Amino acid sequence: MTVRERLRQNISAAFYRHGLLCASYPVPIILFTSASILTCCYPLLKLPLPGTGPVEFTTGVRDYSVPSHGTQGDLGERPDWYRGPPVAYIQQVLVKAAVSPWDSSLVPVDVFRSPLGRVFSLLEEIRDHVYTDRSLESLCLQVTDLLPGLRRMQSLLPEHGCLLVSPGNYWQNRRDMFDSDPDILKTVHQHEPKGLHTSATLKDLLFGVPGKSTGVSLYSKKRVVTYTITIALSSYDARFVASLRARLKQLHPSTNCSLREDHMVHVHFKEEIGIAELIPLVTTYIILFAYIYFSTRKIDMVKSKWGLALAAVVTVLSSLLMSVGLCSLFGLTPTLNGGEIFPYLVVVIGLENVLVLTKSVVSTPVDLEVKLRIAQGLSSESWSIMKNMATELVIILIGYFTLVPAIQEFCLFAVVGLVSDFFLQMFFFTTVLSIDIRRMELADLNRRLPAEAGMPPPKPGPLRPREAPPPSRPSPHTITLQAPAFRNLRLPKRLRVVYFLARTRLAQRIIMVGTVIWIGILVYTDPAGLRTYLAAQVSEQSPLGEAGLPPHLGVAPVFPGGDPTSTLNVLPAPEPTPLPENQSQGHGEARSGPAPLTSPQITWGSEDEEVWRRLSFRYWPSLFSYYNITLAKRYISILPVIPVTLHLSPQEAIETRHPQDTQHAPRTSAKTTELQADLTLYKVAALGLFAGVLLVLLLFCLYRVLCPRNYGQNGVQHGRRRRGDLPCDEYGYSPPVSEISPLLLRGHSMDIECLANDGMLLASCCLAGQIRVWDAQTGDCLTVIPNNGYELGFGDYSLLGPEARNASTPIMDNEHPLRRRTTPVRPALFGDQPDLTPLIDTNFGEVPPSQMMPGCGFDFGELVERAYKEHEASPPLPFPPSPPAARQRRRSLGDQSVAPPEQVLLAPWDWDSSVWSMELRGNLIAAGRSSGKLELWDAVEGSLRCCNEDGSSGITALAFLNNRIVAARLNGSLDFFTVDIHKPLGLLQYRGPPGRASLPPSPCYSSEDVISCQLTRSVQCAHQKPITVLRAAAGRVVTGSQDHTVRVYRLEDSCCLFTLQGHAGGITAIYIDQTMVLASGGQDGAICLWDVLTGSRVSHVYGHRGDVTSLVCTTSCVLSSGLDDLICIWDRSTGIKLYSIQQEVGCGASLGVISESLLVTGGQGCVSFWDLNYGDLLQTVYLGQSGEGQPVRQLLVLDNAAIVCDFGSELSLVYVPSVLEKLD
Amino acid sequence: MPRLEERCWSCSCSTGVKSKELSSASWIASKTGEMMSIITSVLRQAYVSLYHVQSANLIRRGLVLFAVGVFLALVLYLLQIQRNVVLFPEEVLDTLFSSAWWIPPCCGTAAAVVGLLYPCLDSHLGEPHKFKREWASVMRCIAVFVGINHASAKLDFANNMQLSLTLAALSLGLWWTFDRSRSGFGLGLTTALLATLIMQLLVYNDIYQYTSPEFRYIRSWLPCIFFSGGVTVGNIGRQLAMQFHRV
Repeated sequence: MTVRERLRQNISAAFYRHGLLCASYPVPIILFTSASILTCCYPLLKLPLPGTGPVEFTTGVRDYSVPSHGTQGDLGERPDWYRGPPVAYIQQVLVKAAVSPWDSSLVPVDVFRSPLGRVFSLLEEIRDHVYTDRSLESLCLQVTDLLPGLRRMQSLLPEHGCLLVSPGNYWQNRRDMFDSDPDILKTVHQHEPKGLHTSATLKDLLFGVPGKSTGVSLYSKKRVVTYTITIALSSYDARFVASLRARLKQLHPSTNCSLREDHMVHVHFKEEIGIAELIPLVTTYIILFAYIYFSTRKIDMVKSKWGLALAAVVTVLSSLLMSVGLCSLFGLTPTLNGGEIFPYLVVVIGLENVLVLTKSVVSTPVDLEVKLRIAQGLSSESWSIMKNMATELVIILIGYFTLVPAIQEFCLFAVVGLVSDFFLQMFFFTTVLSIDIRRMELADLNRRLPAEAGMPPPKPGPLRPREAPPPSRPSPHTITLQAPAFRNLRLPKRLRVVYFLARTRLAQRIIMVGTVIWIGILVYTDPAGLRTYLAAQVSEQSPLGEAGLPPHLGVAPVFPGGDPTSTLNVLPAPEPTPLPENQSQGHGEARSGPAPLTSPQITWGSEDEEVWRRLSFRYWPSLFSYYNITLAKRYISILPVIPVTLHLSPQEAIETRHPQDTQHAPRTSAKTTELQADLTLYKVAALGLFAGVLLVLLLFCLYRVLCPRNYGQNGVQHGRRRRGDLPCDEYGYSPPVSEISPLLLRGHSMDIECLANDGMLLASCCLAGQIRVWDAQTGDCLTVIPNNGYELGFGDYSLLGPEARNASTPIMDNEHPLRRRTTPVRPALFGDQPDLTPLIDTNFGEVPPSQMMPGCGFDFGELVERAYKEHEASPPLPFPPSPPAARQRRRSLGDQSVAPPEQVLLAPWDWDSSVWSMELRGNLIAAGRSSGKLELWDAVEGSLRCCNEDGSSGITALAFLNNRIVAARLNGSLDFFTVDIHKPLGLLQYRGPPGRASLPPSPCYSSEDVISCQLTRSVQCAHQKPITVLRAAAGRVVTGSQDHTVRVYRLEDSCCLFTLQGHAGGITAIYIDQTMVLASGGQDGAICLWDVLTGSRVSHVYGHRGDVTSLVCTTSCVLSSGLDDLICIWDRSTGIKLYSIQQEVGCGASLGVISESLLVTGGQGCVSFWDLNYGDLLQTVYLGQSGEGQPVRQLLVLDNAAIVCDFGSELSLVYVPSVLEKLD
Repeated sequence: MPRLEERCWSCSCSTGVKSKELSSASWIASKTGEMMSIITSVLRQAYVSLYHVQSANLIRRGLVLFAVGVFLALVLYLLQIQRNVVLFPEEVLDTLFSSAWWIPPCCGTAAAVVGLLYPCLDSHLGEPHKFKREWASVMRCIAVFVGINHASAKLDFANNMQLSLTLAALSLGLWWTFDRSRSGFGLGLTTALLATLIMQLLVYNDIYQYTSPEFRYIRSWLPCIFFSGGVTVGNIGRQLAMQFHRV
């Protein structure tokens, strides 16, 4: 335990020092951090870009042997996927064929017809090749059925036999079908898909070279046809392959061919990502973003919320990058798919620490220096941060011992990520936070640019735009563009929206540029990728576009021999019609003359060594996938290509001609072809642009339609209305199981101002000064103590003498039918007075504060006069305007006491002084009056037992604890009284700890005791300003004042223990209970939790717009209500707001907790019960008949779970029997 | 409440009708019906005093949970399919929606029931769930749950024992990180056992077949997945219960 404590202290001290360091030198630390990030990320440059591209590995052919399955990694450069036999060995025969010399009598079709025809003889040769009783049949990869979905390819791809692919497959490897094919191009192109396809097309598959370089088109300039015969071998027999190579070379020698033949390339394919695989990935990313959103939403009370949120995200991301970089630095190349594990890593590392840090720093006292705030915030959270980190490390360590390689790798990454994240939090985020907080303070002090311009941008380097998030000042040089005064203006909403848009557009641009660069790099690094493929697509589609241009038919004959190249690059009509046939046939011969034609040259270059590289990288996977063989996570070995050169004589070409071949004739020049190709591109571009513009317009319209301007306000109003309606509807339909029925206590003629209870007894005091004592169990009125001044009636006030006060006799009005709903009969004494009660509108919450000017109070004169005229009453109303009750009571009281000096003159006795505060203990009622008198009344008998007139300033608050009474006065002084009993029998029983769990109402003070009340100590100037709140519990007296401080006194010796500072406004609410929990709320809307033993602030939250009006704590929550009519429920340990309840207007402060889980609030004529743990509305109890809308202004919870509500001039007693059961 | 009951009934009934084996199916349907009626009667008793206030909220929460369950079921189903069939021809999606169309709705219903049971149980036991009640934590929980599924689908384990041990440790970690309540643990365990039992019954009665030939593999991860799923859905349900009643 002690070790733990010491550890804790050390940690927090270390964090404190670290916080000081970070806040003192923000710039060097941020520079250092970003340098270390960049250093750690440097190894990432060597990593391949994430993507699904294949990986290669090259070995020599000569000493090749099939890699074993074993895990021994003796060869360092051998990748770990290079294990076991490959899926297939690929042997390609690259055929280049040309008709040479080129004869002018040849038609364009001759370029490819006869060369393609030679494929059949080659195939035969390959099939029949035998080397020492091993034929191709025994070595090749046997394939079975095609996948069921590929019926249309059934005739084109081999089935049930060797996987041997060549252009001959178009004609089922039969020469006769080829010979009888009238249009080769049509056959080849009819299987091409329309539109853009990223995967390999059938033409690619069969030809084995990119579509553009096959030369199978009518406008090929080189007139060389290139294709491959691809053989997939299941096992590798070096001698067979060598003999095949020798045989083919011997048959078709390639003269100038110097291709290297000593390298074998192994290509490993990663997992393919299809739509179905993408869905879980996308889901995890969506969850990740939701997590980030919900986390960063909690950042509050900082200068720039967005900036800190971005800093948090950057912290996490760069820690991930750092971990990857570090791991790859130490030779741990990530084999896991980065994109897949990334969200989980973010979730494991989490944003919690960052948020906790922010929160803790923000809740430090504002008036401290920034350095100290950061240091304090850090040290207060140090223990939990370290604990969390240790826990996570332990969990990851456990994960490491699962001995599953993938999980181990994940754990390794997570550990490095956690450590680097911790590092970044401590150095990077803390510093950013300190800068942010300093800026907030500077802004608060209205200090402008000079002070801040000295502060350099938080972070240089690529991350900088994120680090300087507020749009108003992204960097120092933009400051000059704005007028300095501009910042102090509160920007209109629209402008802020514009700024917001500007900001997001910036973000969009960054994302867009990043994406474009990314795609560009991907395309660029993959030479056989999308780029060449797209180009091929465009050029191949151009003939289709050409087909719809019949007017060009007549052009060619007019210029028969214009350009020599144009004659070669002619375009066929895919489906020749009879009409052009004659024309073209005629011109086919006419064209021959003038062009000096060059013979095609067959050249072999280095680009022919690995012709498959120029294909899409999906070429092999898609070929094998047709037979349901996956290449994902497997590899194939590609043997060196066998070059075959075919030279055909023109004679041969003419012989193999199909009768229809000569129909193809030049139609148009090459220039138009180029133009057409360009036009297609332009068309696509224009279409895309148009679609984009349309989409933007549509989105804009949608936005305008869906989002009205006053979106937020509507929502609030709607919510409030709905809440208001809800209980009424409930009531209107059917009264709920009415186990809760209110008990009305009537008897007061005016609004009730003070309420006090002692478990079994209940005392209330109305504006008229009448005190009534009720039995809290039954609701019977036990005693009525009339105001000493008014006991003879309002009219006879001038007759009042001193004897009237002393001879105050209790009036027991037991005859009052208390449960009757009719208004009680007014005493006969008041008969000559009009009933003024309906005139009194005490709902001051709705009155604008300007009307509550000091001294004038409320002008009731008109109302009263009218009432008097109606009543024909002569004497004017004697008493001053009633002090405003309800919520503004404290303040208005302070004002009012100064106001009526003439009444003091008029009557020296305090008959007109009103009761400002009241307490009830045992059967003694302590009443503090506005004249500064403290009176002790017997609650049962109604007799005045004692009176103390030591002070002259009005008693604003009273606390009655044990035998001591503490009175707070208007002038800020605090008086401690002792109640003594002079009866020797000593019947005074100390009631032990006050509060809920008290004794039954046995009279503690017998009537014959002489009770005296002595002033033991008076603390003058306890506060600079009037004391507003006074609470006592657990031997402590806590006062809150308008001078922004809370003071804690010890009850025994009235010694001031602490002065608690931290509020930025007057204290309006205090809660303290037996467990020494002290909470205070102020006019600034802040709520502070204090440790009473040490006087330190435990937490500090801002909860309300306006005063905090009441505060209650349970063991787990803090409940607060404010002038904004909102009840907020906070988690006591963390200070996180759990939820809030919107109250009706004017009922905000009525709040009580019955048990740990039952909250009761007041509303318009009703009280509502809530489940505290969930915020469920359990039940609404209506106090009046039809909910006439008297707001419940005060709410008191008794021991036996009855609730007393101040409901106009009536009291309501509501029992909650179910709660009693729960408590038992 | 009656609407919820009807939905449970109709779902279980439709499950039964769809299956060809009428006798066993009807038996299962009647059993599940019994269970549903017990559950709903408990729910009814629980909410009888709060009937009017809560029924609308209950239905809304149930709908949200149902949607979440359906979505998660689809995602996880796809993940599991990936393990066995690596290449996706067009038919896989068709078979997904034709053969086992009733799986996502069943999962959704189960999610709704579990997600509603959790807060109800909490309030009954008088142990309100106070641990990390915020949406960020719930999102984290879902992400971890999907991650566990991802791991079970993507990683190659040496044997089934290792797989189930790892998954059990992960699920317990999930519970400890995000729940830590006894009721959550108990209910998760019950969910796991019940769901595994129902799965086995379905398989033995040939209503549902595993696509994978290795049957032991499935059996080794199923309870853990159900357990963590129960905890996750319970977390969502609790958060929803708090959210919807925030008023």
